[in-house]
Amino acid sequence: MLDQTPKEIFERTALRVNPCKTCQPVGALFAALGVKRCMPHSHGSQGCVSYHRTFLTRHFKEPAIASSSSFTEGASVFGGGANLTASVKNIFDVYDPDIIAVHTTCLSETIGDDLNSFIMELELPDDKLVVHCNTPSYVGSHVNGFANMTAGFIKYLADRRAPKSGRVGFFPGFVNPGDLREYKRLMGLMGTEYVMLPDHTGVLDAPMTGTYRMFPDAGTEIDDIRALGGVRAALAMGPFASTEPALALKAKCGVDSSIMPLPFGVSGTDSFLMKLSELSGNPVPKELEDERGRLVDLMLDANPYFYGKTCAVFGDPDTVVGITSLALELGMLPKYVITGTPGEAFVEAAGRLLEAYDARQGAKIKAAADLFELHQWIKNEKVDLLIGSSYAKQIAKAEDIPFVRAGFPVLDRYGHAYQPLIGYQGSLLLAGRIADAIMDRLDRDCADEDLELVL
Amino acid sequence: MDVKTDILSKYKAKVFKSRKDHIIRVEGGGEQAIAANTRAIPGIMTNRGCCYAGCKGVVLGPLKDAMVITHGPIGCGFYSWGTRRNKARANEDGENFVQYCFSTDMQEPDIVFGGDKKLRKAITEAVEIFRPKRILVCSTCPVGLIGDDIHAVAAWAEKEFGITCVAFSCEGYKGVSQSAGHHIANNGLMKRIIGTDDSVRPGRHKINLLGEYNIGGDGWESERILRKIGYEVVAVFTGDGQVRDVANSHTADLNLVQCHRSINYVAEMMKDAFGVNWLKVNFIGVKATSETLRDIAEFFGDTELKEKTEEVIEEETSLIAPEIARYRSRLEGKTAALFVGGSRSHHYQALLRDFGVETVLAGYEFAHRDDYEGRRIIPTIKEDADSKNIENLVMDKDARYRVYLTPERLSELKGKIPLEDYAGLMTDMRDGTYVVDDLNHFETEEFIRHLKPDVFFSGIKDKFVVQKGGTLSRQLHSYDYSGPYAGFRGSVIFGRDLTMGLYAPAWNLVTPPWASARA
Repeated sequence: MLDQTPKEIFERTALRVNPCKTCQPVGALFAALGVKRCMPHSHGSQGCVSYHRTFLTRHFKEPAIASSSSFTEGASVFGGGANLTASVKNIFDVYDPDIIAVHTTCLSETIGDDLNSFIMELELPDDKLVVHCNTPSYVGSHVNGFANMTAGFIKYLADRRAPKSGRVGFFPGFVNPGDLREYKRLMGLMGTEYVMLPDHTGVLDAPMTGTYRMFPDAGTEIDDIRALGGVRAALAMGPFASTEPALALKAKCGVDSSIMPLPFGVSGTDSFLMKLSELSGNPVPKELEDERGRLVDLMLDANPYFYGKTCAVFGDPDTVVGITSLALELGMLPKYVITGTPGEAFVEAAGRLLEAYDARQGAKIKAAADLFELHQWIKNEKVDLLIGSSYAKQIAKAEDIPFVRAGFPVLDRYGHAYQPLIGYQGSLLLAGRIADAIMDRLDRDCADEDLELVL
Repeated sequence: MDVKTDILSKYKAKVFKSRKDHIIRVEGGGEQAIAANTRAIPGIMTNRGCCYAGCKGVVLGPLKDAMVITHGPIGCGFYSWGTRRNKARANEDGENFVQYCFSTDMQEPDIVFGGDKKLRKAITEAVEIFRPKRILVCSTCPVGLIGDDIHAVAAWAEKEFGITCVAFSCEGYKGVSQSAGHHIANNGLMKRIIGTDDSVRPGRHKINLLGEYNIGGDGWESERILRKIGYEVVAVFTGDGQVRDVANSHTADLNLVQCHRSINYVAEMMKDAFGVNWLKVNFIGVKATSETLRDIAEFFGDTELKEKTEEVIEEETSLIAPEIARYRSRLEGKTAALFVGGSRSHHYQALLRDFGVETVLAGYEFAHRDDYEGRRIIPTIKEDADSKNIENLVMDKDARYRVYLTPERLSELKGKIPLEDYAGLMTDMRDGTYVVDDLNHFETEEFIRHLKPDVFFSGIKDKFVVQKGGTLSRQLHSYDYSGPYAGFRGSVIFGRDLTMGLYAPAWNLVTPPWASARA
């Protein structure tokens, strides 16, 4: 496995090997799926959307619908305006969504298609909407695409004249439906009313009923996006995924946002709940305090198995920072912390966490990194555990390292999108999986006489 | 109202006009004409991919002894990394680049100022780190638009590093589907690789296996059977394949064509340039595999070979007979719909028939008319602007041209075995069944509602659409992480997978007891 990966590290500035990111449009498509009765639309060649739908479907094990402008060579030369006009007509005729959310591709960006003017010139059926965002594939990553599409909805729809409400605008970050359900439960317990954008619950974890509905009765309501203009404040979870919508809401409607890390681990969740408490004036209920206590209980119980263990954490920036904070609380040493998404803010955020636990020395933190580089680091200095997306399974096999799947994407296992990683509950599940992985390895490798039944 | 009329009636005029000739209700033995290989309709959810997907993803990606570098932004290289289940084992030099993804990960300045420099640098780094003997470069959409000369960079790399480096201009917007990419890959292999190694291997009956991508290990099962009979397999295009074998493939006596759509260009060009005959084969299905083996033996006309063939068929089929019978007893009478790429929707009908399963609907994503109607209609196909943009190579006879068959033997065989011929999908379909080209999401739902097949074979994009609607869906692109399905042993695995899918206990748990009481 990966036998051609040398130990010796050469400097690379041009060749990307085994990436730890993908392109903006797939993130935009994902975000658009979280709006009710919305058809995500890719303005480019149909190959893009075919890859994106495949990729999202493989992660969620759910249909990921989206249409395409199906560019041919002619459209690439003469511009894609006619393709967009035809697409919009056909989509409303055949699929009848309430809204189409267009994102661009490297193809339409390179030829300079002006989506603003294309959309202004569209003749739309009554009560139907078309919004867009720019997602050039040669800038940033899928996480930026997600942020840009979420901001795109706000730029088009959020209404600064919307009636003022006590609700909180809520940008959940690039997370799974399991996390969104957990956010909702936590906000319910905290008595916080919210508008969540996007909201994939019921869309990307739809129940099996024997009836397929292209547009389930789920996702963020268009009226709620309009109402974001009147919320008292907004919470933007995960700076990489949620800063753009926070800025867009400020610019368009003057609403202030608090930008916070994803609530992973004890202190991450503590900060989140205290923020909710500050916004609602409600104290943290006993139920959540008990939940917190159960997490800390497990952390202390299993401490001998976590303590001092080195790990590599990789994936999307906000998630990696979150997992790193949990790993540190568990007493582990995150030795390699990488994301494929560019952005020095990642290095700073992860660096601050490691410094706080006196674990910065000897650790490597890198943005715009790839899994090939991570593998080379591991060849030079091994770690005890890998935590991240499915793509590291090759490294796990090649180097025989225990591997906990967490984050995006998990293509090769079931059930991950249902399970939260955020909150005390998500952290409890993740800590349990980490302990299982480490202890399964101990059991596998030990002599027969050392196999322990009791702890 | 028949199903076709009903479905079409739901379209507005323009889409109606574009779709009406792509849907056929088979009548009179499948002599009807179908529209295919035309533009997808903007906004209508097609399952099609792009030219890059056909070139890099399908044809070139499986070549394990070459680094395939995607020149473009990161997405395309990323999505085509490890997602097609084209299995490969490292060769004797320890090379297996199939596990890796290589990309130039173009950034905004590269788009603005040109990406040639980054490509050169990427190749330089690739050589320094991996010491490859061969590099293939595949371009994505923006590369063609900004005019990077990847062919000049490839020529430079060959000179600079003494390696083989071939560039493929397979930008996603070319053609109307993956099909254009197959053609571009075929052309590149023909121009630059095939015929560059004349060493002659031992073995009496030398064959190449074309259009076999070793999904789930299919190619390994077909090769196992061929080797057991005594064939020397020179090259496989391209599952677990190697550029070094492709270079030598013109020395074979016969090309076997499994996936007609993706590789028929190479087959035709090798016939014109080197005289290598090609035979349409089908290693999917017990009867089909047996027939194919007999056809190959017939081509060589060697009595000993024919006897060995019968011996192997007898041995292999009797080994699997009990299991085939067991699964058949649970599958007989079921119906299936097939919507896959450009050949499987035909091949799998044979395997389904082995289990007594009838196909009621079949269609291709990116096929041409000849895949439906047979090669006889090729001269009558009108080229449109999109297909004219893809180079059509005309090969002159090479100095090494040699024929295996005498003219008499050739004409004798022509009627007997599918030599340089493919009869197409529709001749095998019964009257009253449906054939649909570029079946889209809306039509999928409609056809399932009307025809109620027990299983819908397709890909991952519509799998869960279909299953959420209560119909089993199995992936025929990737086999749902199972396989192989080819050859004799593969048939058993297919039977097992289909049976377990249809008889999953959870199908009976979809409706809660209180809801059935309500009903």
